[in-house]
Amino acid sequence: MPRFLKEFFTRNGVGIGSLMLGLVLFWTIGLIILPQLSMLDFSFRPNLPPPEVGGPKDVYTLENYKYLIFGPEGGGQAFNAVDLKVFFRTLVAAVCVTVFNLILCYPIAYYLAQSKGNHIRIFALMLIIPYWINEILRAFALRIIFGETGVLNTLLVGSGVFDTPFDFIRNDIALYAGLGYAYILLMIFPIYNVIESLDRNQIEAARDMGASWPMIHRRVVIPYAKPGISSGCTMVFMLSAGALAAPQILGGPSSLWFTQLITNHFTNNSDWPQGAAYAVVLLVTCILLVLAIMRLFKVIWEISANEELLLHAAEPLVLPGDLLRLSPGATGDHVGHCLQLPGLPADDALGMPDL
Amino acid sequence: MSAGVGVDLENLWIRFGDFVAVRDANVNINGGDFFSFLGPSGCGKTTILRAVSGFLEPSDGRVLIGGNNMKGIGPNKRPTALIFQNLALFPLMKIWENITFSMEIRGASAKERRKRADELLDMIALPGQGDKLPSELSGGQRQRVAIARALCAEPDVLLLDEPLSALDLKLRQHMRTELREIQQRVGITFIYITHDQGEALTMSDNIAVMKAGVIDQIADGKTIYNDPSTAFAASFVGENNVFRGKVKRVMGNEALIETNRSGDLVARISSANQGRMKEGEDAMMFIRPEAFTLAPEGASGDHFVTAKVNHEEFEGNAFNIFMEGEGGKELKVSIPNLGQSFEDHTGQNITLEYETNNAVCVPAGELAAE
Repeated sequence: MPRFLKEFFTRNGVGIGSLMLGLVLFWTIGLIILPQLSMLDFSFRPNLPPPEVGGPKDVYTLENYKYLIFGPEGGGQAFNAVDLKVFFRTLVAAVCVTVFNLILCYPIAYYLAQSKGNHIRIFALMLIIPYWINEILRAFALRIIFGETGVLNTLLVGSGVFDTPFDFIRNDIALYAGLGYAYILLMIFPIYNVIESLDRNQIEAARDMGASWPMIHRRVVIPYAKPGISSGCTMVFMLSAGALAAPQILGGPSSLWFTQLITNHFTNNSDWPQGAAYAVVLLVTCILLVLAIMRLFKVIWEISANEELLLHAAEPLVLPGDLLRLSPGATGDHVGHCLQLPGLPADDALGMPDL
Repeated sequence: MSAGVGVDLENLWIRFGDFVAVRDANVNINGGDFFSFLGPSGCGKTTILRAVSGFLEPSDGRVLIGGNNMKGIGPNKRPTALIFQNLALFPLMKIWENITFSMEIRGASAKERRKRADELLDMIALPGQGDKLPSELSGGQRQRVAIARALCAEPDVLLLDEPLSALDLKLRQHMRTELREIQQRVGITFIYITHDQGEALTMSDNIAVMKAGVIDQIADGKTIYNDPSTAFAASFVGENNVFRGKVKRVMGNEALIETNRSGDLVARISSANQGRMKEGEDAMMFIRPEAFTLAPEGASGDHFVTAKVNHEEFEGNAFNIFMEGEGGKELKVSIPNLGQSFEDHTGQNITLEYETNNAVCVPAGELAAE
């Protein structure tokens, strides 16, 4: 038995330990991994009527994935333009919603985390209360606000800003607002949690040294809040890419969400394998996108801290002791990035002596 | 020595709602001085520091730095640098980036910053540590990095808020010497906040003793220790034995105090109170533990104290005798260990003698809490 398991059982006792472990395993394996594997399996099978399942025609095939890319066989088009367009539009829209939410929520989270007093609790409660209401009802509430004869249009037309009602729904404004609104808490709280643990003295120290507020955020708060920002963004992106209720209720007639295509395959078309293939593609793409963006941002952040040093690394003559001190085997940001500069023989660029 | 920039507080009041944190403080700090505010926690010394650094606007009165009124000037525009109690190093920046953050703000190039960081790292005896993170350094090293970071901004006044309190005793004592050396090398004004009288006495040119928002005494360390102006200053700075009583007679610079327990004793009137102590008024008399010597048994007079010994202890450099004192507080006597024989006195009455010059009396007042 691995040591951590042994410790786990000594701490909790065999009875409660196995119960807890069993429940966790049931949850992860039984309720998450196995159903997903089953979906994966579905996605590689043809859609057969029940009697033929398990028969000679039930073989693994890529047909469902081909359908997403190339459309129905013998169709007039080279690509399944309709579905692919929906797919990419969904991803782009989810990224937009995430960015919009981040811009909106970072100041709120910062304010909540850095101010003290009872009003913060009331503020937080006011953010949470709307979430006692069902997601679908919330979406309908927004529909009432954004509808053609809705609250907003009545106000805008009544006050003379617009002559005719503005179609917030057809222009997807209602959809973005709904998606943004649906997940603000998932953006605010991870960022809030991190910033709350930021020592206020660090902000004051930066201020004392003459830093402006943008500088303090760029160099002190945001680097510290990065874990919270990335987990907030991940959740909002994943959930808005996979949202169903808001697009269904708030989306315009011409703006299908990819999840709506998936549901359609499962319900209206009774084509589970096709729906499963679409779902798998969405899931895998989202995961890859999140990993790629996280990686990208980490690198960008590190480079921005050291970019000037990088420039100097390219001029061997102006290198003072600071870079010479690095030993050939040294690792770390400076060295790593310096050596990774394409086209520069590492040792020459750094002007390293033979050690 | 007074090349640096001075700091003046004029009739400074700071209130938080009904609470008065600082009451009418008047302080002149000479340029290039190492000046300490010494007082128990909650006495308003950190509040004063925040007013000097600009994080707090005074409710009344003025803060002048180099003769300029600082009203309305934010902390980022004042020629001060603050070292926080917990240092507040940026955990995600390397040491060299931490140290040169103020230069980064001013837009200095990385090369310039790196060069300056290396100079400062040499100065604080941490050469070659620039690429580490704060978490990779020890407490004392982080302390020095915080000082370097503050000095890098080339402030006229360095403000230090109990920066040594997180260190262990040995390191703290070592850092005292080091801080004083750094201050003398850079020659700028240091304003130091502490509740540790040892720190204040060893490092400072001048000390302000504070109690509950009020400055009791401003003087150099020797004066505060030997010639306190209030009962609080006498009891807060160093160990002291208090004798309560009434002034029986004033004789020039000395007064005869009719003490509650030890008969009539004579003491020097502290300089600040000369001419101000009247016969019949409540007074307090202070004698340091080390100011007593053992007297022949039965000796009596106005500079002899007799009391019963409760217990004794041997501290290495001294024998400590604890005797019955006033109000449940013991009278402590320290006899330096010069290799003499020392018999146990527990339970016996012994008589102590002091030189009147070593006893000081002030008007009765509030004592520092133990």
